[in-house]
Amino acid sequence: MSQTLLNIKNLYVNYETDEETVRALNGVNLKLNKGEMLGLVGETGAGKTTTALSILKLLPKDIGIITNGQIEFDGKDLTKLKEAELRNIRGERISMIFQDPMTSLNPVLTVGEQIAEVIELHKTLDKKQIESKVNEMLELVGIPAKRKKEFPHQFSGGMKQRVIIAMALSCDPELLIADEPTTALDVTIQAQVLNMMEELKHKLNTAMLLITHDLGVVAQICDKVAIMYAGEIIESGTAEDIFEAKEHHPYTVGLFGSIPNLIEKTNRLKPILGLMPDPTDLPQGCKFHPRCPQCMEICRKVHPDDRQTETHTIKCHLYK
Amino acid sequence: MAQPLIETKALKKYFKSPSGSLHAVDGVSLKIDKGQTLGIVGESGCGKSTLGRVIIRLLEATAGEVLFEGKNILKYNRNQMRNMRKEMQIIFQDPYASLNPRMTLSEIIAEPIKVNKLLKNRAEIEKRVTKLMDTVGLAQRLINSYPHELDGGRKQRIGIARALAVEPKFIVCDEPVSALDVSIQAQILNLMMDLQEEMGLTYMFITHDLSVVKHISDEIAVMYLGQCVEKAPSDQLFQNPLHPYTKALLSSIPLPSLKNKGNKRDIIKGEVTSPINPPPGCRFAPRCPHATEECMVRDIELIKAGDEHFAACRLYGRGFDAE
Repeated sequence: MSQTLLNIKNLYVNYETDEETVRALNGVNLKLNKGEMLGLVGETGAGKTTTALSILKLLPKDIGIITNGQIEFDGKDLTKLKEAELRNIRGERISMIFQDPMTSLNPVLTVGEQIAEVIELHKTLDKKQIESKVNEMLELVGIPAKRKKEFPHQFSGGMKQRVIIAMALSCDPELLIADEPTTALDVTIQAQVLNMMEELKHKLNTAMLLITHDLGVVAQICDKVAIMYAGEIIESGTAEDIFEAKEHHPYTVGLFGSIPNLIEKTNRLKPILGLMPDPTDLPQGCKFHPRCPQCMEICRKVHPDDRQTETHTIKCHLYK
Repeated sequence: MAQPLIETKALKKYFKSPSGSLHAVDGVSLKIDKGQTLGIVGESGCGKSTLGRVIIRLLEATAGEVLFEGKNILKYNRNQMRNMRKEMQIIFQDPYASLNPRMTLSEIIAEPIKVNKLLKNRAEIEKRVTKLMDTVGLAQRLINSYPHELDGGRKQRIGIARALAVEPKFIVCDEPVSALDVSIQAQILNLMMDLQEEMGLTYMFITHDLSVVKHISDEIAVMYLGQCVEKAPSDQLFQNPLHPYTKALLSSIPLPSLKNKGNKRDIIKGEVTSPINPPPGCRFAPRCPHATEECMVRDIELIKAGDEHFAACRLYGRGFDAE
């Protein structure tokens, strides 16, 4: 039986500034089992990164506020933990890979020192053991161990991303959060990194939350998929549910219709009309209704509930 | 025979760098017919943007020719070039950086009309701006907005309206949708295709996104380290890629479908080599699974491999068949 590792329940996050309140997350429910790979998909501003940051409690201080909900990790509610307890979890049991490999490494430390730092902080190992662990991690991600004495600027974009992955995995975390790990890379390099991440998943059995806007990446490596829109998960399920089932949320349909097809010939794309709603002024009822081609009377007034069929969940009035 | 609108012959652009000469564009010969779209694909650093800029003379070429309706525009003087600018425009990648933050939307769109003295009367200019805004789908209420008040998709629409303001024949589109979300990207692509149909525009569409390029192009040229390695009509390129680099590029694209999940894809090893003082021979040879010593000896030219299909690979020069 698969065990639940991460369980986000009804999570609300606001960004509060002097002038306005940005409602970034509006009731996110998300479950991730041990060893699973979940793809969190959505466009800019959907709340994907906010979800990731709230798991690690890295939201901007005093501005990003969790107003409601729980984040259970291995049975413990992360929202209630103290800073010191969190520090033992961050980087050790949950680690994160950020989008931009160019800016998330320290330019004045060698990559070896940067990987060693993580291990030193979390494990009680002597110098020699740390050294061999660093070598092991670099080899794991396909970088010759002798390059550990080099600085980040001596590595290419794809190699830097590998270094960051090595760093994130160096304490054998149970959960790895990857925020657009391949977006800044070229396709041939992206393919190399994705392949490596898939191999590592089989080797280490780490659960992964992969944040991306690219449905192609999700199709390739994820077991489960959740689609976000305006701070909510509007559809979720197994990869089969999202890519092959007949019933979908109209937003999911629009998202697929917007991608030019490489296999079949299409003359015109079928984009979603309009824009994402302003998170400081969200519409009543279903948040997608102003852009929805199948909008009904009820959608304007009543917020839809989840409809669950086995593994597939859709938040839409079309399905009862 | 129809004359191509734009033709480049052995076009080269080298940049000087402290460690030697950087071959950004190294002998590219292309043709674009009127009303067609040529897609240029390649990874970062392959010289695709430089090529676009050299063609419209935003950068001066090191060698070669650019023929616009049969005339070599690289020989034009300042005044002649000034007139040419009306015929050729460019849409830039980053809609955030390519618009002047201190000008309103109407000032931005009106500027090329004023600079080129196409219309002098204020009322006429205003009328033209209003019409252009309609054409690209910008609401009239936005006419006095500044770029920072608008989202990425709308900003890119301004960039398109500005390019159309002088009624050009040819537009270089340098990654016009790369900075946009997919749903907005689809809106802009549809708009660009509609405009091409209505106005008979000719596009050179530069992008790294293969699914976008397939969607919008009639013909595609694949670039690797400053050289065009394969050129074919869009469908042919995707159905029957010949050059090993094109094959690798196509198999690297993650498709949004589960059909190929778990299939082993051919992934090329290694990374792009340095464009500074490149050694002779095929630029792709160091990563190519089929490379032999012969590939490293001399440069390899585009060879006719099919009806309108050209590839720069030794595999196809001597009657080798595609595997």
